[in-house]
Amino acid sequence: MGGVHPEENKISNDAAIEVMPVGKQMVVLMNQHLGAPATPVVQKGDKVKVGQLIGEAQTFMCANVHSPVSGTVLKVDTCKDAFGLAKPAVYINVEGDEWMESIDRTPDIKRECTLEPKEIVAKLKEMGIVGLGGATFPAHIKYSIPEGKKAEYLIINAAECEPYLTSDYRVMMEHAEEVCIGVSILRKALGVPNAYIGIESNKPLAIAKMQETARQFEGIIIEPLKVKYPQGAEKQLINAVTGRRVGSGKLPIDSGCVVSNLGTAFAVYEAIQKNKPLIENILTVTGKELPSQHNYIVRIGTTYNEIIAHSIGQLPETTGKVISGGTMMGKAVVNLDAPTVKGNSSVLVIGEKEARRNPETNCIRCGKCASVCPMGLEPYMFSLLVKNNRIEEAKAHNILDCIECGCCFFSCPANKPLTDEIRLGKNKVRAMMAAKK
Amino acid sequence: MNLLNISGSPHVHSDESTKKIMWRVNLALVPALIVATVFFGVNALLVSLISVVSCVLFQWLIEKYILKQKPTIWDGSAVVTGLLLAFNVPATAQMLWIVVIGALVAIGIGKMSFGGLGKNPFNPAIVGRIFLLISFPVQMTTWPVPGFTMSFDAATGATPLGAFKEGALPADVTLWDAFLGHIGGSMGEISAIAILIGAIYLLCRKIITWHIPVAFIGTAFVFSAILWLINPETYMDPVMTIFTGGIMLGACFMATDMVTSPMAKSGQLIFGFGCGLLTIIIRNWGAYPEGVSFAILIMNSVTPLLNCWCKPKRFAE
Repeated sequence: MGGVHPEENKISNDAAIEVMPVGKQMVVLMNQHLGAPATPVVQKGDKVKVGQLIGEAQTFMCANVHSPVSGTVLKVDTCKDAFGLAKPAVYINVEGDEWMESIDRTPDIKRECTLEPKEIVAKLKEMGIVGLGGATFPAHIKYSIPEGKKAEYLIINAAECEPYLTSDYRVMMEHAEEVCIGVSILRKALGVPNAYIGIESNKPLAIAKMQETARQFEGIIIEPLKVKYPQGAEKQLINAVTGRRVGSGKLPIDSGCVVSNLGTAFAVYEAIQKNKPLIENILTVTGKELPSQHNYIVRIGTTYNEIIAHSIGQLPETTGKVISGGTMMGKAVVNLDAPTVKGNSSVLVIGEKEARRNPETNCIRCGKCASVCPMGLEPYMFSLLVKNNRIEEAKAHNILDCIECGCCFFSCPANKPLTDEIRLGKNKVRAMMAAKK
Repeated sequence: MNLLNISGSPHVHSDESTKKIMWRVNLALVPALIVATVFFGVNALLVSLISVVSCVLFQWLIEKYILKQKPTIWDGSAVVTGLLLAFNVPATAQMLWIVVIGALVAIGIGKMSFGGLGKNPFNPAIVGRIFLLISFPVQMTTWPVPGFTMSFDAATGATPLGAFKEGALPADVTLWDAFLGHIGGSMGEISAIAILIGAIYLLCRKIITWHIPVAFIGTAFVFSAILWLINPETYMDPVMTIFTGGIMLGACFMATDMVTSPMAKSGQLIFGFGCGLLTIIIRNWGAYPEGVSFAILIMNSVTPLLNCWCKPKRFAE
């Protein structure tokens, strides 16, 4: 149901993954995941190596943070992230590139994994693995299935339905085998018979490559998906692969499903088989107005400015917006001096003209917003309810089911900022619910 | 370097706009306008022109001098109202001034008094048309006889529906005439094929969906078929029923008006069903030979209720 077809703009599809050099100083945020920040375990003056633990998960909803570089800790302070929020951070002066001895840096592909499911989950925690699809949910929590629930399906999200983004595509093209090993490990951790890798059918090369590779593995099924945004949204993906519908306010595991991103599967391979913590992102540098298109492996903590300087020199004069993520759900970057964090998938530059919103006009009640809503909601009504502060009613009409995919605003002929208004409404509903407790 | 723009997602837009929608509707009305001009001569063109110009002018005057806001005449919605109003009146010389009054009522009362585009509960063109029908009953039911004429004072005659109400369908009116538009009637009502061409364009452009037209015409067809089967002497045959009068125009262009029809598909089906049912009831047992305008107006008033009752199917239900 619902959905839209934005221009795909996968212009960086054919750019092979390059390695971005390490900068002079790195700022590693302690809060790179959903949940509480990690606690810094290094002090000013400490020497660190690549892959060394510098932030420890001391609460439940938290993930370990490792040093992406070797050098000396300059200070433990705060730093503004890409969206202008101050977060605790460890500043490191880069000296050389000395890795932890435990990390296997050979190019050999290691297929056998003898770890037990519990050991796999423990290692995911140790290596600071989080979901790389955007929500950065700590992986060890996702793969610890709560009592009374049972996982039946493992679904790997390789839909990459967001315009512009190509990092998952490149990983499939260049690291198909590693991905399949990662998926097998996750399948083992869950104890499910089959893992399904969902890929939108507009990526025939990736589908062919993955199908060929998956043949050598047990229980990995490639699922070509219909091309439609937001095909890669969790609930929509589960529906497309299993036919199940995750209910309002429910989690995938309530429907027997666990969903991870393709990038996560690759990170899992590196963590479990090569002992390499999550210290790098694979990200796309793209934009119609850029002189060249790139896909990079970037150490976490590299700033947006460093990435731009290395890849394209400087932003074009006509730059209107820099987005972290795709055009539909990505966030506009406020601060280019901010370091990248786990889960960043792109530096997307869009032109001034494209960045500007068209003026808002009267709602003509065309109902387009409701017909494109993948959750079957009524955005026009939320807009009115939120404006009139009728928060109870917005909640009663399932405003919290909104996945903020942006289809409503994308299609609105009156250019109503529906998605913005719904986000505001969701916050108000949550505040109301918190106040009631 | 310039400052960066900051805003919430999404950062792209489909580039769909109210303006594009309205001008596409106007384009979809062109085939019917051409047929009307062919059959009714210059009067058809003149009435349409005057209607459109007065609708746009009244909207501009009201926005500029009464509401004191930036005029929005270029969005094309006043042109749609003007064309639809003209299509709902006979193409006679006396309509040239009467239609101006209709335009004032349609735009002034039907649309702007509620706050302009998007806020009106009733279809403005229908409001204007019904006002004229009640105020100028004679002029509004003096129908020119269709023919290839360039004269300003064409002969007048009855519409098939009017004739049927009086006694019987004129023997020389065939279904083929009704389909092509060679029948008496309001200028936009006469040619089913011209209206269907426009409607197909709107369907392809996804400006309308099939729900309202199909429910409207289908209900009218089935209901009139039942009546006809009971007594073919008293009731018109169903095929003729849907091709005469305003059912085609009403179902494809007036009932599908986004502003005044329900949002959810299920609501649209009920809306279309109500329109079809009321039309046949008014045609057969009401005072007027034609009931499309009244039927749509009545169903317009039910739209908010239908929006409350008929919700889209939620993902998880």
